[in-house]
Amino acid sequence: MADLGRAALVVSLGLSVYALVAGIVAARGNRRRLAASARNALFCSFGSTLVAAAVLATALVRHDFSFAYVAAHTNRTLPTAYALSAFWGGQEGSLLLWLLVLTGYGALAVALNRKLLRDLTAWVVPVLGGIASFFAFVLVAVASPFDTQTAPLDGAGLTPSLQNPYMVAHPPMLYLGYVGLAIPFAFAAGAMLSGRTDERWIVATRRWTLAAWTFLGFGQLLGAHWAYVEVGWGGYYAWDPVENAALMPWLAATAFLHSVMIQERKGMLKVWNMVLVALAFELSVFGTFLTRSGVVNSIHSFAKSPIGGWFLAFVVISSLFSMGLIMFRLPLLKARTKLESALSREAAFLYNNLLLVALCLTVLWGVLFPILTQLVKGETRTIGRPYYDFFLRAFGLPLLLLMGIGPLIAWRKASARALLRTLAWPIAVMLVCGAGLVAVGAGSSKPGLIAYTFSAFVLATIVLELVRGARATGSLLTLIGRNRRRYGGYIVHAAVVLLAIGIAGSSAYGRQTEARLVPGQSVAISGYTLTLRAVRVTQTPNATETRALLDVRGPWSGTISSGANQYRFPPEPSREVGIKTNWTRAEDLYVIADDVNPTTKVVYVKVLVKPLVNLIWIAGIVFLLGSAVALWPDAREQRRLVTRLAPARA
Amino acid sequence: MSIVAGIVLAALVVLLVALPFLREPVAADDRLEAPGEEEARRLSLVEERDRALGALKELEFDHRTGKIGDDDYRELVGPLRREAARALRALEPQRRHGAAPEGLESAEPTARDEVVATPQE
Repeated sequence: MADLGRAALVVSLGLSVYALVAGIVAARGNRRRLAASARNALFCSFGSTLVAAAVLATALVRHDFSFAYVAAHTNRTLPTAYALSAFWGGQEGSLLLWLLVLTGYGALAVALNRKLLRDLTAWVVPVLGGIASFFAFVLVAVASPFDTQTAPLDGAGLTPSLQNPYMVAHPPMLYLGYVGLAIPFAFAAGAMLSGRTDERWIVATRRWTLAAWTFLGFGQLLGAHWAYVEVGWGGYYAWDPVENAALMPWLAATAFLHSVMIQERKGMLKVWNMVLVALAFELSVFGTFLTRSGVVNSIHSFAKSPIGGWFLAFVVISSLFSMGLIMFRLPLLKARTKLESALSREAAFLYNNLLLVALCLTVLWGVLFPILTQLVKGETRTIGRPYYDFFLRAFGLPLLLLMGIGPLIAWRKASARALLRTLAWPIAVMLVCGAGLVAVGAGSSKPGLIAYTFSAFVLATIVLELVRGARATGSLLTLIGRNRRRYGGYIVHAAVVLLAIGIAGSSAYGRQTEARLVPGQSVAISGYTLTLRAVRVTQTPNATETRALLDVRGPWSGTISSGANQYRFPPEPSREVGIKTNWTRAEDLYVIADDVNPTTKVVYVKVLVKPLVNLIWIAGIVFLLGSAVALWPDAREQRRLVTRLAPARA
Repeated sequence: MSIVAGIVLAALVVLLVALPFLREPVAADDRLEAPGEEEARRLSLVEERDRALGALKELEFDHRTGKIGDDDYRELVGPLRREAARALRALEPQRRHGAAPEGLESAEPTARDEVVATPQE
């Protein structure tokens, strides 16, 4: 079996290299059959990688410990779903997933566009072949999932924190996002290489970008929820370098999704869009480098290996390639029109882009700083939470405000008087909401108050947009159906508002207390009284579970248990927090029982009350809904595209 | 078994990669179908036309939903219509030289403006 996996990867590498070399020769020499052959090589590369993936998945499910990878990441007691999730639980498996998704996406994107955009796809194939060659090479020569050994009786098991339903979905979701950004990059590079920098590459990759961005965004929210329920420190985002690694390409892709609309409407920002597409892709590879190289300390750096150097080299080479290509094609990327007014929709998009990219680069600096200080001074200096929180407020709050103003400004040029008239209602809602919040004591946190009032403003603008649009078209469904991209975007904006309210509520207005308890003693917080009833130890097939049982009285009454599991395979601890959601008060009661001593029955407990935290998870569902609306196929748009490009195919 | 499967896989991909040459050992025309200069110009004009017509629809929708006042609308609609007319004329040389298609040159709002179109993005 392992031989087949290895052979399939070697074949995949050969095919990817062929797609790269033959693709370049065909595109440069204008050779049709060779271009078709290179394209077929890309398709076959997906098939071959699929065979390799099937071999690894079969070995995982069958607990075939003659595979070193299977023995290192699973054991016999591991349920099948988690055994399968070990596919991306280790380094070699996740690289294989990268290659599988890349070749699958690439084959599909090329197949869908091969007739309409024949000249472009001729160059897209070698770009995708180049990226696939790198990953296939790493899998064949540096980090193979098919190394074999004499099979031990049992495996080491999966890291306990990964034995969580969210971990079954979170990593593949992120990979679908990371790798998806390779498609717009490949088409943008293809457009520049072919010298056809018209809008066809944007139209062809519009949904790919949106889908990748959706996967990346939703994957991060899944990861945040995993951190909240599994890692158990009471938060959901710690500005960990690997968390930031997923945030950065998402921010760059968000900027691109907005700025590309200006190019479509005004023919402006062509260079900027190319830079953003390249930045998003490079950051996604850089994210994989951060996760897998062990160059930064992170709870996500599960493995350290020599692949870091290869990834760094790839990031540097592909960045130089992108920059060189953009410089080379600068004459073709000149804008035909200029910004007509600083008070216009396109100007609002521009401000939004600047803020998003500034936030992205700020986060990048925070990630790079410890690496640079280690290189320059020989000591690692990390940047803490205050740095990130400051810049999140500095850039995030204006972004939130712009999200409300942007949709209400007219394209091209708006007068201040018309804008004020349009904004009158949202401003009134914002002021009333702000005054109400101050009256109920929300003024204790200025950032929280600002976030809430701005959120009220944005929600009011969205409602206003929908009401006015529905009046103009006759019905809300007609309005949304006629422009799914725009109104799907508004639903996503509503999700971001829910996210902002959830973050502000749980961080700015959260409360916490700590206590040392023995059975019978209590701790009180926000109207809740928690009394330690007992300490219980349970033996399960793979773990010793120690729990503190606390009786809760107050707005909610019941029992919460919290403690830790000590696993046998692998011999690692896992914190198990107690969470009770009180929907009537819209808050979570979150209990962390550290240092539970079964002999003395002494428990050190930390209790947190987190208002509105569940809005963050609800925001994830709304985000998905909005993205689905925006992604939904539009037959009219497809007909227009075919009509527009038809003579080019003839 | 694995070795046989590997050989079959390799043979299959070689066949598929070579397929374009096996189907057409000798091609009468082996050039890629890329748009020529004229086609590239047409595509550029189509983009201009779509952009201009899209902007007109946007303007009408913004006017209708109150984002743009009457004065601003009158100021903006004329140049946009002329732009759209220029793009349409450039694409359809068979049309009467100099004539604007279907009243697009009028700078004043007409009954057409009441036709609400939700612009596509």
